Amino acid sequence: MSRALRSIGRSALGWLLPALLLAGWEGASRAGLIPANVLPAPSAVGEAFWKLLLSGELIENIRISTLRALSGFLVGGSIGFALGLANGLSALSRELTDTTLQMIRNIPHLALIPLVILWFGIDEEAKLFLVALGVFFPIYVNTLLGIQGVDPQLVEMGRIYGMSRTQLFVRVILPGALPSIFVGLRYALGIMWLTLIVAETISASSGLGYMAMQAREFLLIDVVVLSILIYALLGKLADSLARFLERISLQWHPAFQTV
Amino acid sequence: MTAATVTARKSYSTTTPAYTPAPQGKVSFSFRNVAKQFGGKAVLQGINLDVYEGQFVAVIGKSGCGKSTLLRLLAGLDKPTSGEIVAGVLEDEQKRTRIMFQEPRLLPWARVAANVGVGLTGIEKGEAARKKSLEILAEVGLADRGGDWPSVLSGGQRQRVALARALVGHPSILALDEPLGALDALTRIEMQQLLERIWLAKKFTAVLVTHDVAEAVSLADRVIVIDSGRIALDLAIPVERPRRHASPELAFFERQILDQLYNR
Repeated sequence: MSRALRSIGRSALGWLLPALLLAGWEGASRAGLIPANVLPAPSAVGEAFWKLLLSGELIENIRISTLRALSGFLVGGSIGFALGLANGLSALSRELTDTTLQMIRNIPHLALIPLVILWFGIDEEAKLFLVALGVFFPIYVNTLLGIQGVDPQLVEMGRIYGMSRTQLFVRVILPGALPSIFVGLRYALGIMWLTLIVAETISASSGLGYMAMQAREFLLIDVVVLSILIYALLGKLADSLARFLERISLQWHPAFQTV
Repeated sequence: MTAATVTARKSYSTTTPAYTPAPQGKVSFSFRNVAKQFGGKAVLQGINLDVYEGQFVAVIGKSGCGKSTLLRLLAGLDKPTSGEIVAGVLEDEQKRTRIMFQEPRLLPWARVAANVGVGLTGIEKGEAARKKSLEILAEVGLADRGGDWPSVLSGGQRQRVALARALVGHPSILALDEPLGALDALTRIEMQQLLERIWLAKKFTAVLVTHDVAEAVSLADRVIVIDSGRIALDLAIPVERPRRHASPELAFFERQILDQLYNR
């Protein structure tokens, strides 16, 4: 009982600083220290939130953005994962593709925005392409690294005990690469939101980034601030989800053992 | 120097120049003129060896003498450059040669029982495999640890899990590559006793590579000294079991082996 309470207290501790910041911000706004046309008070942002929530506009925009983010992530992530596996397991595949991939990796994917707009216009494909490209590399690099880092002594052990290639992969190589793959996953989730928001801000007709840009046109600064806060929350949500998956699948790892 | 002849001294007249098999002995495996080279460098040459079923053989030598290579050849991890290794009974026999390394090589992401179950790959599955794994774990003194992660075990316990994994498939030959080398002195003696007890109960052929002469003479029926890739001494240790550590009989054999190793 007291242990459960303490653990809740622990996780609440992380929210203490944001709460204090908000309180300070509200106080400063009310005292007139921060002009409302520079930064609106949290209560004004809250009001904007309520209004947009009631009109259904906010939910719709979050839905569209999340859908874009996830589909881009799914496409880029699965290609990255597949290529990471292929290049980790086959020297031929690695020699064939790794140099090319490393070259492409060094181009900031956001630098492709002008090109992408020319290719796809401002339709869904443009966002999908950019997000997929953004999440591809962290997943690819970390999957490859994870597989190359699997202890060769364990692989030899598996062979001695007569494991087939499939068994070796499922029981030895994949679990061994998993910690590294999770690092890639968390990194990719961050890049996913970043890419999407930049893409939506520059060219879109719906979504969170578009909502923020529209608000800027009409000088609705409270909505702009609200959008930024929602990005922070969505990013945190994605990261928590990844950590939760990590904790479940890496129970064996000393770093995740609670007892 | 070829296989040295050792003459019996004092009252220990049981010592013989070369190992004579027990009358009922069937050959478990043979090395016939086996040589192994790595990049042109001869690691083993002219190895001729017959090991009998149920025998406990210790292979000893300085580091780099080729003793681990001998074991890897036996386990089928490397192929000889020339010569052949004949397993006594069946072709299938090679599959039931198990090797245990200095490191336990447990899968950190599998619980102890599942790690032991790796030893039943292609032999047994599911519930039957789990039952057998837990039985063998009890035999190595880890009856209640089947559900633990390897990371919470001590070094000695991990090595016991590795032993259980090697034994669960009932190997006819167990190759041991300095499996106790990384353990502290007290845990090591415990493990030696455990190994002897299990070997006596299961009757497999044991080949133990070690650099510890005391360990070799206290466990083995027969000690083979390898020097520069050749068998320099093949010595029977006909001391009754249970053997006592540091007893005078064992000390006598220990001295002979040390003399051979340092050419005294």
